[in-house]
Amino acid sequence: MTRSGRLAGAGPVVRRRLLVAVPVLAATSIGMFALGAASPVDPAKQYAGAAAFTASEENLAQLRANWGVDDPLPVQYLRWISNLVQGDLGWSTSRHEPVASVLAARAGWTLLLIGVTLALVLVASLLLGALAAYRRGGVFDRGLRTAAYAVESMPVFWLGLAAIAVFALALGWLPAGGLTDVTATSTSWSDVAHHLILPVGVLAVSQAPWFVLFVRDAVAESLRDDHVLAARARGLPGRTVLFGHALRTALLPFLTLVGTHLPELVGGAVLVETVFSLPGLGAVTVAAALGSDFPLLAAITLVTTAVVLAANLATDLAYAAADPRVRLDG
Amino acid sequence: MTRMRPTFRRLVASTAATGMLVLAGCSAPATPDSATGGATLVVATSDEPDALNPVLNYGVDGASLIFDGLVTRDNDNRLVAGLATALPELSPDGRTVTAKLRDGVQFHDGTALTAQDVVFTYQAVLDPTVDSTLRSDLDMVESVTAPDAATVVFRLRYPYAPFLQRLTLGIVPAKLLAGQDINTAGFNRKPVGTGPYRVESWTPGDRLVLTANERYFGGRPRNDRVVVAFVADDNVRAQRMRAGEFDAAELPPKLASGFDADATYRVQRVPTADYRGVMLPTGNPVLADPAVRRALNLAVDRAAMVSGLLGGAGEPAFGPIPPTSEFADPSIIGKPTADPTAAGTLLDAAGWTPGPGGVRVKDGRPARFTLMYPASDTLRKDLALAVTADAKKIGIEVTPAGLTWDAIDPRMKSDALLMGYGTPYDPDFVSYKLFGSRFAGQGYFNPGSYRSEVTDRALQEGRDQIDPALRKAAYAQFQKQLAGDVPWLFLAYLRHTYVLKSSVRGVAPRVEAHEHGVANSLWWNIDTWTRS
Repeated sequence: MTRSGRLAGAGPVVRRRLLVAVPVLAATSIGMFALGAASPVDPAKQYAGAAAFTASEENLAQLRANWGVDDPLPVQYLRWISNLVQGDLGWSTSRHEPVASVLAARAGWTLLLIGVTLALVLVASLLLGALAAYRRGGVFDRGLRTAAYAVESMPVFWLGLAAIAVFALALGWLPAGGLTDVTATSTSWSDVAHHLILPVGVLAVSQAPWFVLFVRDAVAESLRDDHVLAARARGLPGRTVLFGHALRTALLPFLTLVGTHLPELVGGAVLVETVFSLPGLGAVTVAAALGSDFPLLAAITLVTTAVVLAANLATDLAYAAADPRVRLDG
Repeated sequence: MTRMRPTFRRLVASTAATGMLVLAGCSAPATPDSATGGATLVVATSDEPDALNPVLNYGVDGASLIFDGLVTRDNDNRLVAGLATALPELSPDGRTVTAKLRDGVQFHDGTALTAQDVVFTYQAVLDPTVDSTLRSDLDMVESVTAPDAATVVFRLRYPYAPFLQRLTLGIVPAKLLAGQDINTAGFNRKPVGTGPYRVESWTPGDRLVLTANERYFGGRPRNDRVVVAFVADDNVRAQRMRAGEFDAAELPPKLASGFDADATYRVQRVPTADYRGVMLPTGNPVLADPAVRRALNLAVDRAAMVSGLLGGAGEPAFGPIPPTSEFADPSIIGKPTADPTAAGTLLDAAGWTPGPGGVRVKDGRPARFTLMYPASDTLRKDLALAVTADAKKIGIEVTPAGLTWDAIDPRMKSDALLMGYGTPYDPDFVSYKLFGSRFAGQGYFNPGSYRSEVTDRALQEGRDQIDPALRKAAYAQFQKQLAGDVPWLFLAYLRHTYVLKSSVRGVAPRVEAHEHGVANSLWWNIDTWTRS
């Protein structure tokens, strides 16, 4: 069967998924607004900060009126939806700027952190997991499993602070935080890359155990499969058997794992951004939640939901591409 | 079999391509590093403004680095002329203020400052459609006018003695903002002022880069650039200070003391006017008895709170006017340690006799009340627990309750609350509303409905009289009356702690207000800082 044949039917599937995505996104955003309505936090007081205690009630009421946050929830929701359809994401009360510019300034850094980490985790866990499975019970296997269980039990912020203590303070090899050198006159890519080594490393190390252990077990399992034993019996070299036969069989469930593990990666990224003072979406999401900032929360939720839906779709397409038995007709 | 490999490789390749796209997507204009001659100073704080516009509450008490007010404050927080040629004067009726502008002051974009800019700034603050909370503090302003290009006249609705203190507000250029929606203007991210520094770039959540204003009317800054790094987490800020990234950083007292032993750093503990205390509502049947309030005032161990809970970074508080203020009355200062014996005698005399479980009783009513504190504030929680322990020793049972502000608000009339307030600039600013009977029960203004004719008269006198000697007498009376009535248990004034590199020169700490971030921090005079 040719590859195009295998992905035949991808078009209708993508279209169908997009149709399903619309009600999912609408339900998510309504849920966001309903949760916000249940929150007793006053966005005007949140915005005023310490001045909330010296500002008159009349002054605070004017702020709420300016933002329309006292309107009934359905009115706020309809206004938000109609603006959204016109491409306007609304006004963030917690950051006091348009939601679109909050996202534009920050989403890129979060995506960069998550993207680079994901790529690193995928490559490293496939490689390490397969090698550990090949010499099952050996020194490398046991060492890797011990390390994986140890890291799995460490909170990510603790790993981050420990990494700063070792690599930034004791050894002085890497910067302790920030996006660029604090005194840099511009944002150069080499500087950003230098500053991202520790955050990416910490996030990757904290996320990797799951993947490594999974790959190790799956490969160990498939090394006992008939077709792998047959390949061995034919006298194929060990490397070909491991990566060409055993790992390939183990790869399919792994794709599912990547799809479902993405939200946890996002959660870890928020903590890593805090520890390394990176200007990503993490800090603003927390501030938006604390300050009842519906528009910003709704936009971030929508983006996250869209990413998860897209990841699921990509997983299914990858499944179809990788496994000849899977047909894209469901 | 062989079909698989290209597919997998394609997957990797497309992942990499996505990565590159992301990289390209958030690419910032990268210019080659230009070597600047002079020093760059780096300071770190947790407190990032949401807009760099004085009209939207940025640096309203001056020292905003980017803007200047008509007046400014010196090392001792005394008012001196800023954009005005001399300190403006109040008319004898206390209702008119005329300010003359300096000649030749330019905004960062090269345009000249005129009286129209001053008028525009104040009118913008007073405009109800503008999201400003400063409006509450300027409700005495009836009109602002500019009879000529160098003169500004403020007309007040009622006499207001400390009005000059409100003229520290930074002036914005009318030309760049007129006709725009100030709440959403691009100016708020890329502001233009007259101050010692102009904004080079601001990456929200990361840092603010300021460059020296060569044409600053007060003289060119002694350094070329200032970087303000925004690091929200205290531990991370301490670690990055330790890594040598910052010249100065604001840190909580306990983290700052970790730098005390190291000669490459210097720790500054700066006095503030920011006090913490317990508001005792008159609507509570137990707290309504003045004897109970006075006994509690004697029973709290302020010295232990300062040394134990604040790590020594504070002073015992006995009233709402900080001891560093010229209006402070020394006669109200009591013993910093607890005096449970005197407190017990007071309660005995008032008829509160020891009852079951060690709790005193009067007319069948046990001496117990609830003490609320905002749950997210660990210092207030610690103070609430300390008050609870001290009260127990004199037979008063306190139940501490950590709540959110929305749960606290409806209960302030009848339950005690751990609150914080204070400003170093004028005693009228907070106290007029906090202790005036006219504001009883209005939100956070006088939530405990404290009423005293003597206090009301003294506060009004302090506001109406222009003569400083009369004002001082009025506030002395106000403080004595509060010390007798005890509507609040004043516990402690906080100190703000900063860590500096020892090589930094020119630091001049002054008494600080509660808010200290980019503006109005230890680095209020950073334009005169140098590195040795």
